[in-house]
Amino acid sequence: MQKILDHMGVHFTSLQLRSQRNEILASNIANASTPNYKARDINFGLELQKQLHEISNFEDASGAAEIELQYRVPTELSLDGNTVELHVEQMEFAENVARYQASLSFLNQKISGLKSAIKGE
Amino acid sequence: MADNISNIFDVSARAMSAQMVRLNTVASNLANANNISSSEAQAYRAIKPVFSSVFAENFEETGLSSVQVDEIVKTGLAPSMEYKPDHPSANDEGYIFKSAVDTDEELIEMLDASRNFQNNIEVITTLRSLMLRTIDMGK
Repeated sequence: MQKILDHMGVHFTSLQLRSQRNEILASNIANASTPNYKARDINFGLELQKQLHEISNFEDASGAAEIELQYRVPTELSLDGNTVELHVEQMEFAENVARYQASLSFLNQKISGLKSAIKGE
Repeated sequence: MADNISNIFDVSARAMSAQMVRLNTVASNLANANNISSSEAQAYRAIKPVFSSVFAENFEETGLSSVQVDEIVKTGLAPSMEYKPDHPSANDEGYIFKSAVDTDEELIEMLDASRNFQNNIEVITTLRSLMLRTIDMGK
């Protein structure tokens, strides 16, 4: 199992993290008009490093390193104390979705590679 | 509605219901914008929902949070008084009281609420298609 996981490389972990980040960004968009809500996000590169480190140390696929939520620094302050800037969140969301799809297609290619190796065609 | 927020659908569903409440208050305010009453106490005052965040039980791990409507309050705007002794609703001194509704503000509120509503639909549509593509992984 570990060998297959190694074959998937970074994309397995990346897909999990991207999906989690999607949910965080969606929560920000949902709270776009809640007074005093502070937009949150994760440092994707850092979290990915942490998860990969965890996996390589414990040889455990669950990758249980906890994510660290950080607050987004708004470019402009609003009167109601809300730090969600819709355009920023939407751009981040769009980028994250695109990168999720990239990871997904990498995984698909890896899987079809494995499949053809199993079939021996 | 389930108490805890367990997935992305809960987040968007709650956010959309909150925006819907907001749209309802706008509709009520606009409908009553031209009401006239004979005393300040009876006059219609604009209502506004108060939003607050609700966090998932395991928020620190998932980062899931959504919106709820805490209460609906009357705004502090005072009804305007006008001297119209001929009006059927005029009080003994000949004054009528107009609804305390700022229609321009309500229209902007409506635009903002419907835009937020659309944003949530957009998010859920995107994530749903991602989920479907993920189910097909390896096919």
